[in-house]
Amino acid sequence: MPVVTELNVNGVRHSLNADGARPLLGVLRDDLGLTGTKFGCGEGQCGACTVHVDGVPIRSCLTPAGAIGPRRVTTIEGLEKDGRLHPLQQAFLDAGAMQCAYCTSGMIMSAVVLLAKNPDPTDEDIVRFMDGNICRCGVYPRILDAVKRAAKAMGGARA
Amino acid sequence: MSEPHPSSSPEIYPEQYELRGPAHAKPPRFRRRAFLKLLGAGVVVLCVNRRAAAKAESGAGGPRLAGGTPRPATLDAWLQVAPDGTVTFFTGKTEMGQNIRTSLTQAVAEELPAPIGSIRAVMADTDLTPYDAGTFGSRSTPDMGLQLRRAAATAREALIDLAAARWSVDRGSLTAADGRVIHPPSRRSVGFGELAAGGKLVRTISSGTALKPATQWRIAGLSVPKVDGRQFVSGRHRYASDMALPGMLFGSVLRPPAYGATLESLDVSRAEAMPGVKVVRDGEFVGAVAPSSFEAARAVAAIGATWKTRAQPSEDRLLRDLRGGGNPPESGLFLEADGGLTLKRSYTMAYIAHVPLEPRAAVAVWRDGKLTVWTGSQRPFGIRDEELTEAFGLGPERLRVIVPDTGSGYGGKHTGRAAVEAARLARAADRPVKVVWTRQEEFTWAYFRPAGVIDVASRVRADGKLASWDFHNYNSGSAGIAPPYAVPDPQTQFHSADSPLPQGSYRSLAAAANHFARESHVDELAGALKLDPLEFRLRNMTNPRLRAVAEAGARAFAWGGAKAAGHGSGMAVGLDKGGHVATFAEVAVDASSGRVGAVRVVQAFECGAVVNPDHLRLQLEGAVVQGLGGALFEAVHFENGRILNPHLSAYRVPRFSDAPAIEIVLVDRRDLPSAGAGETGIVGIAPALGNAICDATGVRLRSLPMVPDGLRRAS
Repeated sequence: MPVVTELNVNGVRHSLNADGARPLLGVLRDDLGLTGTKFGCGEGQCGACTVHVDGVPIRSCLTPAGAIGPRRVTTIEGLEKDGRLHPLQQAFLDAGAMQCAYCTSGMIMSAVVLLAKNPDPTDEDIVRFMDGNICRCGVYPRILDAVKRAAKAMGGARA
Repeated sequence: MSEPHPSSSPEIYPEQYELRGPAHAKPPRFRRRAFLKLLGAGVVVLCVNRRAAAKAESGAGGPRLAGGTPRPATLDAWLQVAPDGTVTFFTGKTEMGQNIRTSLTQAVAEELPAPIGSIRAVMADTDLTPYDAGTFGSRSTPDMGLQLRRAAATAREALIDLAAARWSVDRGSLTAADGRVIHPPSRRSVGFGELAAGGKLVRTISSGTALKPATQWRIAGLSVPKVDGRQFVSGRHRYASDMALPGMLFGSVLRPPAYGATLESLDVSRAEAMPGVKVVRDGEFVGAVAPSSFEAARAVAAIGATWKTRAQPSEDRLLRDLRGGGNPPESGLFLEADGGLTLKRSYTMAYIAHVPLEPRAAVAVWRDGKLTVWTGSQRPFGIRDEELTEAFGLGPERLRVIVPDTGSGYGGKHTGRAAVEAARLARAADRPVKVVWTRQEEFTWAYFRPAGVIDVASRVRADGKLASWDFHNYNSGSAGIAPPYAVPDPQTQFHSADSPLPQGSYRSLAAAANHFARESHVDELAGALKLDPLEFRLRNMTNPRLRAVAEAGARAFAWGGAKAAGHGSGMAVGLDKGGHVATFAEVAVDASSGRVGAVRVVQAFECGAVVNPDHLRLQLEGAVVQGLGGALFEAVHFENGRILNPHLSAYRVPRFSDAPAIEIVLVDRRDLPSAGAGETGIVGIAPALGNAICDATGVRLRSLPMVPDGLRRAS
């Protein structure tokens, strides 16, 4: 695969020199220092490596960096704006929706897409959408709560 | 090989599972001598003390096991006050998601007292924090919490003395609050930082230091949020696997194709021809470093290696092997003429994996002959004093282990193999090196929760009182083996066995297995007597703390209430490591598909005075979800030295769709000392679910996992 020389991540064009066959995850973490995105399984099963490419959630552990091209990549580091947390990040804090928090970036990145598609999800909607994200500490009920809090804060949820 | 369980000391766990198992599963160069020493010392543990027993749990061998390392008595080893008022405390404990960083901060804030925000914790750094045996056994709150409380109280008294001298007033007229010492008569006050003025507070901490009773807590006892939560939701926190150093390379290690395989030949020419790759060989250890993890893995894959394998035990003969080749005992329900009955049953449990979402990882750097390693582990000092010392022959002054807050452990991160690997590669490459295990390595080269067989024979009288209890645990361990029921002369015995797989600590150790067997058995007894399972338990239970959680949980669950068709309810009680638990579960069984789902769980819990109610609830919720996996579907499969399902696509862990609605009922006993709570919350869920399945279907399941492929009706 050709060498990747440029990636658009979190609104910044990064110059780099990476083998295009390398997974996007490794390039984000090792070359760009964006370590908020995590390695969990390397086979797309756990969701810890979830990032957005043009707003679509992808498993960066399975996606070759060479496949990204000029598309916009967003990572957990790109959610915070001017020191203000994204409503989902704030909701995870408010709901205490983490233990070791290693899954948290992937959870938040998946939930951001869920709420963009469905601003007022039911519990079933959340469970179905988030079922590809594993939290081994078992914080699922709190994460469910956090997503609902964020939906409300973002104005999507019915009163 | 059998050792009687000291039933008079239910809090002592004569287990030393770390690195136990077949010799082939150990890292290369592991010295057999140390291993034997460790096993020999385990016997001593029975008559030593709880601290030594805790070390034995984690397998800490060597000289420390005999005497332990005394804790420094000097205050400044534990707590320091900066001129700006920042209080820093030091502890060798590790944060892995149990939120001990937060609750220890609360303990210090309470005793000083000082605002939560003014307190910093330095944790798990062997150069900066006092020696600690490790973070396991639910000891951080009852033991380290107490130690830090004493340190903070000692500091408070020292600060009051400084203020009394400064103002020439009677120290009895001074109080401390909110990071300041106050003289109410003159309305003067001075901050801790100004008082300490950057100097050390020279004091000795004594175990006699008076502490605030829990009934007067104002900061401890509150649901303080995770102190550094923002670091995590923003992705800014650096786990060991996120560490980066200038010039750092990435390492990967060549693994044998099966346990017990030995290297016959090696061809590294293709790997070494790859740009930027260096192959490292050191005895049986073979690895490669490269500029990226991808290239390092690709280089290792290009190494041509032939291996000599030898036959290994497989799963199909596991149960027989664990019983030492013996046949299973008689099984059945035997009615007696006087209306009593005897029940003999066997219970089994598969090996399961911890699956910490952050795999084992380490970054190592050598500078001026000193090795520093960042790694995710529950035992930084153990890694320094055992594995790194053994691998490199260096004393503690030339070894430093730092554990950044870690992506979970659950008892699975007591060992430091990734640290040794990174250090070996870093030494050979003369550069900092990072090693992050793949999920397959994590599933294969770490260790598992022990499989086990438990044979139970009991007798119950016609009036529903237990008359005898005979309980034999093969291989899984003795934690939580003592029954919490009034039964004359209960017989409980743990029999060690030769495990075909490497096995070690797992959240609650064997308490989960022993509770599954006991509470399933008790439930079957209740059924045979046609007694309500709660009523039967209460009739045989004298421990008032356990009764209290059983009754509180039953109320919240509405035990005995109506159930939907296909639904069943089950319960279990448990007692371990100072935690008292009652778990109530409702399941739904789909008759056509056999799918079993946990619908709702109520878990009542009491562990003395609660330090952080919200984080305690979180621990208990998580324990229920994690325990549900081992109860219903998790199992490690193996054949002839190979793990057959070393992937998350083949090893199922609980997901969102598996999680029941969970209600936690806390019984807060401010009159009792705080016990730990990380583990005991997991012991009740498997039997409660099994009992609920039996309630729904009449099918009694006695093997964990119970329904890996759904419930197949007994035909």
